Amino acid sequence: MSAGAALRRTPLWGAHRRLGAKLVEFGGWEMPVSYRGIVDEHRAVRTAAGLFDVSHMGEIEVSGSEAGAVCQTLTTNDIGRLVDGQVQYTLLCRPDGGVVDDVTLYRRGPERYFFCVNASNAAKDLDWIRAHARGATITDRSNATALLALQGPRAAAILARLTPAPLAGLRSFRFIDDRVAGYATLISRTGYTGEDGFELYVAAADAERLWSALLDAGGDDGLEPIGLGARDTLRLEAALPLYGHELDDTTTPLAAGLARFVALVGDDFLGRAALLGERQAGSPRRLVGLELRAPGIARQGYAVLDGGVTIGRVTSGTHAPTLGRAIALAYVEPSHATPGAALAVEIRGRAVAVAVVPTPFYKRSQRR
Amino acid sequence: MSIPESLRYSEEHEWVAVAGAVATIGITDYAQEELGDIVFVELPAVGAALQRSQPLGVVESVKAVSDVYAPVAGTVIEVNDALADHPEIINEDPYGKGWMVRVTLADPHEVDGLMTAQQYGEFIAKEKA
Repeated sequence: MSAGAALRRTPLWGAHRRLGAKLVEFGGWEMPVSYRGIVDEHRAVRTAAGLFDVSHMGEIEVSGSEAGAVCQTLTTNDIGRLVDGQVQYTLLCRPDGGVVDDVTLYRRGPERYFFCVNASNAAKDLDWIRAHARGATITDRSNATALLALQGPRAAAILARLTPAPLAGLRSFRFIDDRVAGYATLISRTGYTGEDGFELYVAAADAERLWSALLDAGGDDGLEPIGLGARDTLRLEAALPLYGHELDDTTTPLAAGLARFVALVGDDFLGRAALLGERQAGSPRRLVGLELRAPGIARQGYAVLDGGVTIGRVTSGTHAPTLGRAIALAYVEPSHATPGAALAVEIRGRAVAVAVVPTPFYKRSQRR
Repeated sequence: MSIPESLRYSEEHEWVAVAGAVATIGITDYAQEELGDIVFVELPAVGAALQRSQPLGVVESVKAVSDVYAPVAGTVIEVNDALADHPEIINEDPYGKGWMVRVTLADPHEVDGLMTAQQYGEFIAKEKA
């Protein structure tokens, strides 16, 4: 595939080539979409473990005595509940409540935070954060930082072989700095698959050696490299939103069902007044899960119908490998958002029956 | 990647096997490989008239939806019903059990305009470059 503008490459590009990955353009980056096949990779993460290169994501540090106040102004969640070594899923919103990006916010210390942001939004986010920085120092660490995600039921056992870090005591949405395979790594118990797992921030220069050390250490457990294709089917089964699909500048976190990450009571933040208004008036649309009742795949942009009338729009849809069914997320009018509602999706001119179902579509059994 | 000598090929990556006035149509090994795991196939009804280069059906993989074009004109006399429940057969055996439709050719000479195996091999080498 030839491309106009030069695509960016992560420090692991060469490793992906050697593994025979199928590479595609994603958010301006040349990334592996699959190695062995999306469905096989998906199953590996659900049953064993998978290793993802997500180094295309951005890391933006906010430091200085104003750092906490600046992060609170920028984000919808309550950073007052964030302690050192803790991560928070949160959103950057515009004054009108529209989503600039959905991000994770790490608190390294009372005057030192960093955001992990979507690759496709990294430049926009950096501008946005700088525009609201007041006295805080904003540092873009994206180029110097690689990010590997180790996900799946075997992830903790594999990682434990390579690090002295006390992983058993590392709870979900907590992080710790330690060595992994000898390389200084920020180990974060987070992920985007619906499984237990870790996200490992490491210096770009160490990324390829850490990648290889992990694949070697996990081979007997069934660890394998996973591309963005399975990352998408995994996150969709877990009903985790993806910017550009469920979220964008014109959608709000409340309509997207993310109210638990919006602290309307408490300190002010960008978008708070608009979101308070939306909560009082009710969101004009709501994100719901759909399950197809007849063969077909509902893709982004397809109309959701009730009795032939368009009442919504699909944001993401796929065949869910773990469930063996076709699923989708869609924005619909609130009156059609109740689980059990019988609707249809228009697929190439045909109305295919769907039902509104509770999300997530897939929830792992608790092992820990 | 397999490109059987006995078949003819279109630029949209369909293959055609001709036996008298009947042609069997499917998608190539290269096409299934590019699509990845196929999860849904939509085929025409028996009796449907296919126009050359018009969509005859749809193949959906986990990552994408892709039209399948009629490489030749004709009337559908049989469709591969096994694909409805097991679309992954196309990934496993694109030139055999993964066939899609059989048609009676409107013009048996139309097949001569399609690529040979060697031409198709060169065509995809160029497309990949």
